[in-house]
Amino acid sequence: MATVKLDSLKKSFGKTEVIHGVDIDIQDGEFIVIVGPSGCGKSTLLRMVAGLETVTSGEVQIDGAVVNEREPMDRDIAMVFQNYALYPHMSVFDNMAYGLKIAGTPKAEIIERVDTAAKLLQLEPYLKRRPRELSGGQRQRVAMGRAIVRKPSVFLFDEPLSNLDAKLRVQMRLEIKQLQRRLGVTSLYVTHDQVEAMTLADRMIVMNGGVADQIGAPLEVYANPATEFVAGFIGSPPTNFVNAGLAEVETPNAAKLGIRPEHLEVVSNGMGRLNATVMYTEALGAETLVHLQLADGTMITSRQAASDPTAAEGSEVGLNWQDRDGMLFDQNGKRC
Amino acid sequence: MADRTGMVEKRGFGLWMTHLGLIVGLLFVFFPIWLALVASTVTQADIMEPPMPLLPGDHFFENYRKALVSGINAPVAWMMVNSMVMALGIALGKIVISLLSAFAIVYFRFPGRRTFFWLIFLTLMLPVEVRIVPTYEVVAGFGMLNSYSGLIFPLIASATATFLFRQFFMTVPDELAEAARVDGATPMQFFRDILLPMSRTNIAALFVILFIYGWNQYLWPLLITTDPSMNTIVMGIKQMFPSGDDFADWPVIMATSILAMIPPVIVVVGMQRLFIRGLVDSEK
Repeated sequence: MATVKLDSLKKSFGKTEVIHGVDIDIQDGEFIVIVGPSGCGKSTLLRMVAGLETVTSGEVQIDGAVVNEREPMDRDIAMVFQNYALYPHMSVFDNMAYGLKIAGTPKAEIIERVDTAAKLLQLEPYLKRRPRELSGGQRQRVAMGRAIVRKPSVFLFDEPLSNLDAKLRVQMRLEIKQLQRRLGVTSLYVTHDQVEAMTLADRMIVMNGGVADQIGAPLEVYANPATEFVAGFIGSPPTNFVNAGLAEVETPNAAKLGIRPEHLEVVSNGMGRLNATVMYTEALGAETLVHLQLADGTMITSRQAASDPTAAEGSEVGLNWQDRDGMLFDQNGKRC
Repeated sequence: MADRTGMVEKRGFGLWMTHLGLIVGLLFVFFPIWLALVASTVTQADIMEPPMPLLPGDHFFENYRKALVSGINAPVAWMMVNSMVMALGIALGKIVISLLSAFAIVYFRFPGRRTFFWLIFLTLMLPVEVRIVPTYEVVAGFGMLNSYSGLIFPLIASATATFLFRQFFMTVPDELAEAARVDGATPMQFFRDILLPMSRTNIAALFVILFIYGWNQYLWPLLITTDPSMNTIVMGIKQMFPSGDDFADWPVIMATSILAMIPPVIVVVGMQRLFIRGLVDSEK
């Protein structure tokens, strides 16, 4: 159990700065998800906390102590890697026990701790097997077991679910959430999947080009994105952006108007605030996505319940939205 | 239908030809060994009197006992021990040194890392025969003539093996080293607990190749061992040939030849499974 504090953390590779100063105070037991597109520096940030990457400037504090110069093992952390990084020649038991063996833990305690972790992760029948004899989901569990047995004060996850198929990913996502709740260990979790970020995080950090664009609770970030990038990245399908001029927005400085697909209502031609042409529709079962083209060529999407009548493809329609649902962004993509 | 029978006939014919080719080739290779085996089971007089016998005689135990116990210059049993020490020393020494140097080159950033790698790589171009005179000087200077260390150390550095392990280590995912670091393993613990067990098939394959390389060394032992008790078996066979008009004890020489073949055969056959696996896949 520990707090983690990042204080204007920066990282450069040679002359290129890839992380331009990230600050965050993480409470004890909090689940923080770092989310962003590939190349935004989210993994590098995590690896700096782990001690696998040196810190160029700024501070990493774990439980109040600056750990910049400490080896990973002295930071009281455990890490789950994207490709699991299990030792291929060792049994599941030995994989989980290796860190404890090195630390010189008494044998009886190792057995007890590994058994507890195995029970928690339903790995008991597989303790004697090699990693290559396990399925992807089981390997994933072993990687988590290896982290759990060390009883660290911080868990670090580096895209742990991205090698699994979609169905398993949903299942493991829930398991990770439950596990973290039960153990109450402070966690940092890196992902490029905004759904994982939304569902797992107590608070999330949205990274864009080495900068933390926004830090906040998932629903707050969703409802109130700080930048155009965040609005576009969080949510699926993404937020629609309409030119401020076309939407007849009065606010000075506003360059774009962002509207979530679910806030956009398709009405009959001439009845809405904007006119558009229906290009094609996707019926997903519970809901239907209507893709439309505006007069200036911009493509936007409306999400409506499947029970609502669907406009025919090629027809001219009107679009409506509530003023409180419109999000205005200035030239630089900042909220205004 | 006609086509099909034609195909079958053709294939049958091809099959026969392939086998015939293989059998003839095999006989070519095997015949000299057969002659040596026959010659090691008859008496000196039988060999001298043409035509040479082609079927084994009944002096097998007598000839082999003579070779093993007394030999001509030195007992062959003793020469086999020398060869065994030399071959094992070279094989194990080469493996240990090349594992460690490959580990250093792949996992550590030290000044001159690339330079050292290329220096090691360059030595590939300098086989024993090329550097034999200066090497002899050095070994003589250290007083290592007629000793096991003199037989082993000059042949122990291996660019090939270093290169092979380097290539293998580079295929090991970086995350494995990082996971070990997070687990608290020191570099040497990572080497011993993770890299070494993962390279075991490569080690086995190399052991087979290097053991045979060491066992078959001829020129180097010939140069630095003058004392018959330090002779290795491969060069010892040559030493058994008489100089001048002395008559050669062919049955004993042939028995020695057969004996010289046995250990490499045992190593190859015994480690065949591991050996092939080491060459074919890297088992990640």
